[in-house]
Amino acid sequence: MTRINLTVDGAKVADDVEPRMLLVQYLREKLGKTGTVIGCDTSNCGACTVHLDGTSVKSCNVLAVQADGATVTTIEGLAATYDGGELHPVQESFRECHGLQCGFCTPGMIMQSVALLNDNPTPTEQEIRVGLEGNLCRCTGYHNIVKAVQHASGQASEMHA
Amino acid sequence: MIPTAFDYVAPTTVEDALSALATHGDDAKILAGGQSLLPVLRMRLNAPEVVIDLGKIESLRGVRDDGDAIVIGAMTPHSVVGSDPLVKEHALLIHRAVEHLADEQIRHRGTFGGALAHADPAGDLGAPALALGSSFVIAGPGGTRTVPADEFFIDLFETAIGDDEILTEVRIPKHTGWGAHYEKFVRVAHQWPIVAVAATVKGSGGSIEDVAIGLTNMGSTPLRARAAEDALRGGQDLAAAAELADQDTNPPSDLNGESSYRRHLAKVLTRRAVTAAAGG
Repeated sequence: MTRINLTVDGAKVADDVEPRMLLVQYLREKLGKTGTVIGCDTSNCGACTVHLDGTSVKSCNVLAVQADGATVTTIEGLAATYDGGELHPVQESFRECHGLQCGFCTPGMIMQSVALLNDNPTPTEQEIRVGLEGNLCRCTGYHNIVKAVQHASGQASEMHA
Repeated sequence: MIPTAFDYVAPTTVEDALSALATHGDDAKILAGGQSLLPVLRMRLNAPEVVIDLGKIESLRGVRDDGDAIVIGAMTPHSVVGSDPLVKEHALLIHRAVEHLADEQIRHRGTFGGALAHADPAGDLGAPALALGSSFVIAGPGGTRTVPADEFFIDLFETAIGDDEILTEVRIPKHTGWGAHYEKFVRVAHQWPIVAVAATVKGSGGSIEDVAIGLTNMGSTPLRARAAEDALRGGQDLAAAAELADQDTNPPSDLNGESSYRRHLAKVLTRRAVTAAAGG
């Protein structure tokens, strides 16, 4: 077992974990943060995306021990990082634009969209599509997801659902 | 799936990492960013007894100017390499290749040295590193040694890095002012290329004074398209030179394409890559 200390969604946590434990397992099984989901288990789909020290990562492809000393934000803590409502503006936009169908990819889509907008506050449609290329929507609901990101960036969407 | 159980060490210096490697030898595996290693461990294609994580060694991160070369620390994440102004100014080809490597989450975590040491022939960095005549600084029990790119890649997933050694940095000779393009042919956006061509060109207004071309996934290691380069330096037109791009290659056949299809792709993509690199 290896001792790890980290901050998850604003709370300091410390645990003894097996080195082989994946960050996503740690979040779900040890901390009960099941908002972050496991989609593909091959690092392709991005459903498990969280922020690690401010940048987006696939939490199925990081060991919990590698996150020692780091700050992690999951979909469950995202709204609290934004001072002004029950939902983060990107969450609000996904709701407003119906940026989901079955909803399974949504936690990862939102976390990656927030990372994308942090780097590039007014992305073009093409930049949004490229920025989300590591996130797969099995329902193929990309159209409204892109629209939601445009909406969140304050850009009027020229697309029609 | 989750990996088989292993012990974990996270040294903070290269010396400590080397001594951990000396202690555990064949039973140990080096962990850089983990974006290739963790999937391998999860699929249980490899089951090391000890994982040595280089993530806490600060000296292995960063890009610096070193006279006629830029030096990229092995543990520098792709996203940092991709946005570094020195890389963009002096090694535009690396900048172009990193831009579309995997996806954004992977680029935040994956490292420059880790990807090169993994030596996947479909990896996006080998061909650009080879084309730019990079050299690889490797630390071992007897000190450091420098290996040129054409001796670094040995075979599929095999490099000149010994079992008791660690890649610490990559030196890339400055190609200031050279145009560059990485032309990648993929079936799925963020996947490995079926074939890709890395081209960098010295010249202006579409004329080619000098050129270097690297090929991704055209053999068990990254390759140079030397015949095509020589033809271009000799003044042959691009269409004719690009027909030589598959010379001395041995492309694999798999579900994504037959060997003969890859040979065809190498020629077409060379034409596109050189055209774009020359600003045409």
